[in-house]
Amino acid sequence: MSIFGFKISPSSAINLSELDTRRWDELCRKAPDARRCMACGSCSATCPAAQFSGMSLRKVLLDLQRGREKEAYRMMSNCMLCGKCLMVCPRGINTRELILKISQIYKEEDR
Amino acid sequence: MNEIILIVGGGIAGLEAAGKLLQLGYTPIIVEKGDRLGGNVARWHRLFPDMTPASEVVDPLIENAKGANIFLNTEISFINRLKDKYNVMLSSGISIICRYILLTTGFELFDARKKEEYGYGIYDQVITNSDLEAWFNTGADPRVGKVHDGGAVGFVHCVGSRDEKALNPQCSKVCCITAIKQAIEMKERYPDLQVYCFYMDLRLFGKKYEDFYAKAQKDYGIRFIRGRVSEVCENIEGKVIIKAEDTLSGKPVRVTLDLLVLMAGMKCNQDGAKIGNMIYLPIDTDGFLQSKDNISRINTSPTRGFYYAGACTGPKTVPETLAEARAAALEIHTDIINSRK
Repeated sequence: MSIFGFKISPSSAINLSELDTRRWDELCRKAPDARRCMACGSCSATCPAAQFSGMSLRKVLLDLQRGREKEAYRMMSNCMLCGKCLMVCPRGINTRELILKISQIYKEEDR
Repeated sequence: MNEIILIVGGGIAGLEAAGKLLQLGYTPIIVEKGDRLGGNVARWHRLFPDMTPASEVVDPLIENAKGANIFLNTEISFINRLKDKYNVMLSSGISIICRYILLTTGFELFDARKKEEYGYGIYDQVITNSDLEAWFNTGADPRVGKVHDGGAVGFVHCVGSRDEKALNPQCSKVCCITAIKQAIEMKERYPDLQVYCFYMDLRLFGKKYEDFYAKAQKDYGIRFIRGRVSEVCENIEGKVIIKAEDTLSGKPVRVTLDLLVLMAGMKCNQDGAKIGNMIYLPIDTDGFLQSKDNISRINTSPTRGFYYAGACTGPKTVPETLAEARAAALEIHTDIINSRK
């Protein structure tokens, strides 16, 4: 039997006014370089884990700023801390430190 | 040195050129349609990238140009071509016969009302970059007065720039850095304000602009969102809700703001274009006055005796405009010397 009609899925829109930015603000206090990412994608392009797991530090930082903290944290678990992204970042962001700070601040059990 | 040189426009280009011509021994005439000197820059509060007060730039220029004959509130009625000179009739009834005319007519801001979807002139809490500068200077705009610490303000880049439908396909070049400057000025006044910049590309080409951008991100926490604002509406409290796509995450975003600032772009000053039209100076494809050559002869018009400096030939920064004004003064000086040989 075929079903007619359409289903309504929740809006995927992000409402920036309603985001809880407490963790992000804490991250920016502890690792101010988090704000300096300009989304060039160098880190994601060089990441050895990216092709197996979809890991992308650029996406992690973006997701954290858009309130998608769970997704970001899950993606972060694929990082092997090899430090290649640290070498290619044109803004000289200490990515390793940033990743460790993210893991501290966004730990799942705190939620 | 009794050659008469007419400068049309008393903005920074006209003032700087007049100052240099005075130093070279000429007595230039400045014709300005407004009631004060300094043009667009005099209306600005501070200048990027060092936050220099605009008055620190404009006041010395006015001082140095003091020796020129200055006609305020005066327009050009018509220009006649004589045998080897021009007869320029001013709106005050004075006629000037001269061989050399420097056009420093500059730019005008794109009329943000034309981008109806952004609601300028429709919603109270939508203002332009020049409205915000006026508030920085006077503090007397009730719309900006509604901004409070802890609230949110947004900047929309490229309003009437890179927009073929708005008949302004070119990049206005200085709005990216101006938005960053204004965002920082807002954050200095309200440290807990949330500031968003909605951009298509960030074009930060000039000296120290990139540093300024990094500072805005890191030290001031200004949030840059890549995506052009598609529409603006007002809520029941009189705040504005804007919709855009966050093109980096591919998701629609919306945000409620206390104030939305539109970065209106530059277009050729239409009064300048009208003067050019009196003696058939060509208009380039970007709508600005056309130079003899866009690389090597940007100061020279295709018509003998007519010269350009500043934003009448395209969007320019303040240092570029000043450099062009000096170059035009020198160009006129050498042409006068060569004609006497």
